[in-house]
Amino acid sequence: MNNDKLEEILNRYPPSREHLIAILQEVQEAEGFLSREAIVRIAARLKLATGKIYGVATFYNQFRFQSSGKYHIQLCRGTACHVKGSSAALDCLERELGIHPGETSADGLFSLEVTPCLGACGLAPVMSVNGEIHSCVDEIKIKTILTALRSSAAAGGDEL
Amino acid sequence: MFEITVNNRIIDAEPGETILSALSRVGIRVPTLCHMAGMMPTGACRICIVEVEGEDGLVPSCSYPVREGMRIRTNSQKVINARKTLIQLLLSNHPDDCLYCSKSSDCQLRSLAEEYGVRERTPKRKFREKLKDITSPSIIRDPTKCILCGKCVRVCNEVQEVGAIEFVGRGSRTVVTPAFNRSMNISSCVNCGQCVLVCPTGALTEHSRLEDITNVIGEHEKTIVIQYAPSVPLSIAEEFGLKPGADIPGLLNAALRQIGFSRVFDTSFAADLTAVEEAHEFVTRLESGGALPIFTSCSPSWVKFVEEFYPEFLPNLSTCKSPQGMLGAVIKTFFAKQAGIPASALYSVAAMPCTAKKFEATRAELGRNDDPDIDAVITVRELLRMIKLYGIDFNALQPEGADSPFGTRSTAGKLFGVTGGVAEATLRTAHKLLTGRELKSLKIESVRGLDGFKETTLKMGDREIGVAVVSGLGNARKLLEEIRDGLHKNLKFVEVMACPGGCIAGGGQPFSTNPERIKARMQFLYALDQSEHLRTAHENPEIKRLYREFLGTPGGDVAREVLHTTFAPRSVYL
Repeated sequence: MNNDKLEEILNRYPPSREHLIAILQEVQEAEGFLSREAIVRIAARLKLATGKIYGVATFYNQFRFQSSGKYHIQLCRGTACHVKGSSAALDCLERELGIHPGETSADGLFSLEVTPCLGACGLAPVMSVNGEIHSCVDEIKIKTILTALRSSAAAGGDEL
Repeated sequence: MFEITVNNRIIDAEPGETILSALSRVGIRVPTLCHMAGMMPTGACRICIVEVEGEDGLVPSCSYPVREGMRIRTNSQKVINARKTLIQLLLSNHPDDCLYCSKSSDCQLRSLAEEYGVRERTPKRKFREKLKDITSPSIIRDPTKCILCGKCVRVCNEVQEVGAIEFVGRGSRTVVTPAFNRSMNISSCVNCGQCVLVCPTGALTEHSRLEDITNVIGEHEKTIVIQYAPSVPLSIAEEFGLKPGADIPGLLNAALRQIGFSRVFDTSFAADLTAVEEAHEFVTRLESGGALPIFTSCSPSWVKFVEEFYPEFLPNLSTCKSPQGMLGAVIKTFFAKQAGIPASALYSVAAMPCTAKKFEATRAELGRNDDPDIDAVITVRELLRMIKLYGIDFNALQPEGADSPFGTRSTAGKLFGVTGGVAEATLRTAHKLLTGRELKSLKIESVRGLDGFKETTLKMGDREIGVAVVSGLGNARKLLEEIRDGLHKNLKFVEVMACPGGCIAGGGQPFSTNPERIKARMQFLYALDQSEHLRTAHENPEIKRLYREFLGTPGGDVAREVLHTTFAPRSVYL
């Protein structure tokens, strides 16, 4: 992350621990994830152990520790999606992409995140790619979407 | 003060205190796992639950305040059943390899299971095996055995203020681990082992070297020698139920020779050597300039703490090796030559009340020709296992002396075992050096006792010497911050021990954090100092002889080469 940007965020908060979550959120917003460098510098500024910041951040699903892939996939694991089979969808995504939630594929193409309810229960199970919602995903649908994304990336395109 | 009723018995309680605190005062025992005396309760483990009349559910006694007229039942059937369920749940994803667990006989979870009659795995849940971290030379972390009570995290963060380990993740996936899930050896862990002392299970244990040593004892190519720290014979005696005052080092010498060590040395001799060498260094800095206040450097966790967190204070650290380091160096140089044994054929063991000494022995500076001065360090706990392993009956032993040339020690060296002892020993010698006279009273009362921070001013000739004695790294951090802010300007000498109370409460001592036991060890050392005649390191005849025959003068060329070391900043995630 750009040092000036991080500095700018840190300067906007008093250096005390109650602002930790807000700082983490802003840094992730700016950087896309929480880098080791950023965590170390936040720790130094708030006079907390690096391990403490990492511990707090790993408590929340929201925070990522790897940069997002070109395609950031969010799979809803809310109640309705679970009932409609999001567990099988997650298995399929993990298998197809070779990564677990919170990780980014080695080629930098895909990152995976599980989220609580996305608020589209009528379309369950729901998955979003870079914010675009895909409804009623099952194994076949996921494979089709991933193939399309891969060929789009190979063609140098940004859109589906 | 008001009254509460516990199990139909009326007891007194103080407003604002917890149920647990009122109960323990009158000797009503409630089991605990996460409770830490003197610290804010977390209520994490719930094993201390009790029944309070009028309350809906059971309440955790460790964090629940007393109320006037409260009626409590600590062991109703409801309470016992609930505790049993809690233990069953803790065990449901805990490995059951207790036979092979090094904490087995000291495991609080295992004894609770026994007390509450948990005799089968129910509910039957598979436990998720997590990676064991064996990278640290001092501490092994086995997260599969962790019950997430949080005591290690708290002692590391709140007492030592190192913050090397923390809860990472959430729910059943939570692990206690260094930052970024990295390994212990590259973390900010200073190896003090206070986490090992508080861990109720086998999740944190020392990195044992016992097997390496027993393998060498059988060999004929190596001459195996051992040294033991000033506080070691005390805790060994406790474990064997001997009365304080028995000639404990004498019996330990005999035991170690029976085990098969060719030479047995008392590190207290090297503590005398440290006191003399450090006193000279201190006086030189006073008279000819140099970083002041001088910081003692006997405690390896403290040294690593400065290297990591406060590298700007590295010049203040005394360059003297610790007593273990000094004796290690003298064994592989002077002793090797005298005994006609090549240093490479010597296997030098140290028995220490400390896990960090294991790390210290691996420091590259502390050796010669790529050969470490100390080959293996064991804790008091490992030493006890070793004594049992070799079938030594302490009651059948006759006291024997430690081996020469390092067989005589003063009581000053022995005082190194307790917080303030290094200061007392060193200042006795410094006074002699500065004024040509001995201190009027050798006992320096103001540096004694188990307080974490003591500050005093001593008059030596026309000098006023500001002295601070600190134990516990949290207290040390506070002092360093204050010095950095320009306070404590008159300080000239600072002793720091990483473990609260000093080596008698070190991370390598037997698993008992009972403060009474630690106090008894301290009092024993003070009584010993009162009862013997040789009370200053510089009057120790064998120290004088060692300088005459080998080291030259304190701070001289040979002494600098053999007895001093260097420190360097460390780059780790803080």
